[in-house]
Amino acid sequence: MTFTTTVETLPTMGRYNLRCKRENTVALSKSLGFDLPSSIGEAARSGTQSALKLGPDEWLLTCPMEERATIRQSLTDVYPEAVHSLTDISSREISIRVSGDQAEELLSTSCPRNLAKLSTGCGVRTIFDSVQVVLMREGDRQFRLDVWRSFAPHVLGLLAVACAEFESGL
Amino acid sequence: MLLIDCPYCKEKLPELEFEYAGQAHIARPEHPAEQSDAEWRDYLFIRSNVRGDHAEQWRHTHGCGRYFNAVRNTVSDKFIATYEIGQPRPTVTKEGEERDEQLES
Repeated sequence: MTFTTTVETLPTMGRYNLRCKRENTVALSKSLGFDLPSSIGEAARSGTQSALKLGPDEWLLTCPMEERATIRQSLTDVYPEAVHSLTDISSREISIRVSGDQAEELLSTSCPRNLAKLSTGCGVRTIFDSVQVVLMREGDRQFRLDVWRSFAPHVLGLLAVACAEFESGL
Repeated sequence: MLLIDCPYCKEKLPELEFEYAGQAHIARPEHPAEQSDAEWRDYLFIRSNVRGDHAEQWRHTHGCGRYFNAVRNTVSDKFIATYEIGQPRPTVTKEGEERDEQLES
């Protein structure tokens, strides 16, 4: 089988880490303009913005760089009624997209999770080799990895080695 | 590799995502200053060393980030139950006892 899977680094995007208590999610969802997902691993999307639930009280919000101020403002406005913590982590991480027929196998060389169980549109925080990553399944054969910037060379290096091994038929 | 059931993610996940965090159900004394040296020492350092079912804390570090409690058999290394922080220790199932016996022979 020909190896057609590609690994690419995505341009910078806006990222926020949002934490709040369950009772405040309604007010925050209203302010954001879309419902925050309610179960871990689930993602919600509205236009260019998306929210992924990482933990019982933790969400990852993503948006284009120029929309960061909009999100910050809309959540700041609602702060008195719905107390929360919003941290800009845009420059902390970079995104890597892995797409192609063997994307799942390629990632499973370093990720211990059962990736077949991760359904399209869902995402989880997990571990890749020794690096903590947020892994999202964007499509049947397409994944996105959010990696802390300083660990990115390590992750990209591992992926490059794995690609070379797949290509040579190992 | 061990598979651990995270009570928050409600999924069986690989051990690599988790971290051990000591014995469970150890309450910090309400008034540490009123404790005698011996009581404070016991709270800080004295832990049971169970052979069999042991209630312990784990953290789903590379996942939801939450601490939870688990009952694990220290002989067979099997997880018998995992439950959220704040819940009482569940009564041990027969399954756990059997595993213990099996290794005693």
